[in-house]
Amino acid sequence: MTRRACIGLLSLGLAAGLSWAVMRLPDAPAGLTAAALAQLPESGVTNPVTAVLLNYRGYDTLLEVGVLLLAMTGVWSLRRGEWPAGDLRDRPLLMSLLRVLLPMLVLAAGYLLWIGAFAPGGAFQGGALLGGALVLALLGGLARRLLRQEPLLRAGLALGVLAFAAAGALALGLTGRLLQYPRGHGGAWIMGIELATLISVGLTLGLLYLGGRPEKDP
Amino acid sequence: MPDAGPEIYLLAGVALFVTGVDSLLAQSHPLRRIMALNVMGSGVFLVFITLAARTPGAVPDPVPHAMVLTGIVVSVCATGLALALADRLPPATGKTRLEHRPDTPNSPPDRRKEEGE
Repeated sequence: MTRRACIGLLSLGLAAGLSWAVMRLPDAPAGLTAAALAQLPESGVTNPVTAVLLNYRGYDTLLEVGVLLLAMTGVWSLRRGEWPAGDLRDRPLLMSLLRVLLPMLVLAAGYLLWIGAFAPGGAFQGGALLGGALVLALLGGLARRLLRQEPLLRAGLALGVLAFAAAGALALGLTGRLLQYPRGHGGAWIMGIELATLISVGLTLGLLYLGGRPEKDP
Repeated sequence: MPDAGPEIYLLAGVALFVTGVDSLLAQSHPLRRIMALNVMGSGVFLVFITLAARTPGAVPDPVPHAMVLTGIVVSVCATGLALALADRLPPATGKTRLEHRPDTPNSPPDRRKEEGE
C-alpha cells in the first residue's frame, strides 16, 4: 500500500473516531457560565469574556502575551526583515487610501479596547486592528522612521508582558494573590493591562509581517 | 441555536481538523504543512465555540470563548515563527521541502517531479 493511501486511511479512521466522540458529548453541558456570571460584579467589567481573560484566568493571558514575545524573539533572531517596495509617489491611490484608513484603524483599535469592558472587544481585537494598520503603513513605506528606532520597538514589544507581570507582582503585594486585583478597582487594573497588551499585540502582529528584525538602514 | 443543531458545526470542525491532519502527514513542503496546522487549528476553534453555545442560558460559556481568542492570536504568532523557520530551510539544507527518509519507497510522483525546482 502506498504511503498516501496509508495516510488517507488513517485520516478517515481519525475522522470517524472524532465524529463519534463529538456526537457523544453531552447535549447541554453545565459549563462555567453560571460561575463566570456569578462573580461578574466583582470582576470590574461587565463583559464575561474579558472577565475570564483578564481577571479569572489572567494567568493564562499573561503567559500568552509571553508566548507572543517569544515568537517575535524567534523571528527576529532568525532573519532580517524584508522591506516591501515602498515609494508612494508611484502609488497615489494607496496613499490617499492610507490617509483615511490609518487614523480610522487606530481610532477603532482604541474603541475596541474600551468597549471590551462591556461588550465583545478587547486588547486582542484592538491589537489585531493596530497590527493591520501597521502592515498597511509598512506597505505604504510610512513606518520607516519608526522601524529605525529598534530600542523603541523592543520596548513596545515587551511592554505587554512586562506591564502584565508588574501588575501581577503589585497585586501579589497588595492582596496576597497573583493577579487578584484589589476589591472594587478591577476595572482600572484590567484597562491598564489591556492598554499595554494592545500596544504589544499590535506591534507583534504588524512586525511579524516584516518577517524578521528590521534592517539597520532601509 | 436553530434546530439545524450544533452537530453540523461540530462535524464541520472535525472535518477541518482531519483535513489538516491529512495534509500535515501527506505534504512535504513546509508552507503546506504550516497551512495544514492552521486548518487544524480552525477546526478546533469551531468545535470549542460550538460547545460554548450549547451550555444552558442565553449567554454562551465565556471560558471557551476566551480560550479561542487566546488561541487565535497564538496561532498567528506561531505561524509567523514557523514561516521564518521555513524560510531558513533552503539556505541551511539546499532543499525546498522536508524529505522523507531516503529509503522510503513509493514517494508520490508529484514530489519527484518538483524536486528539480
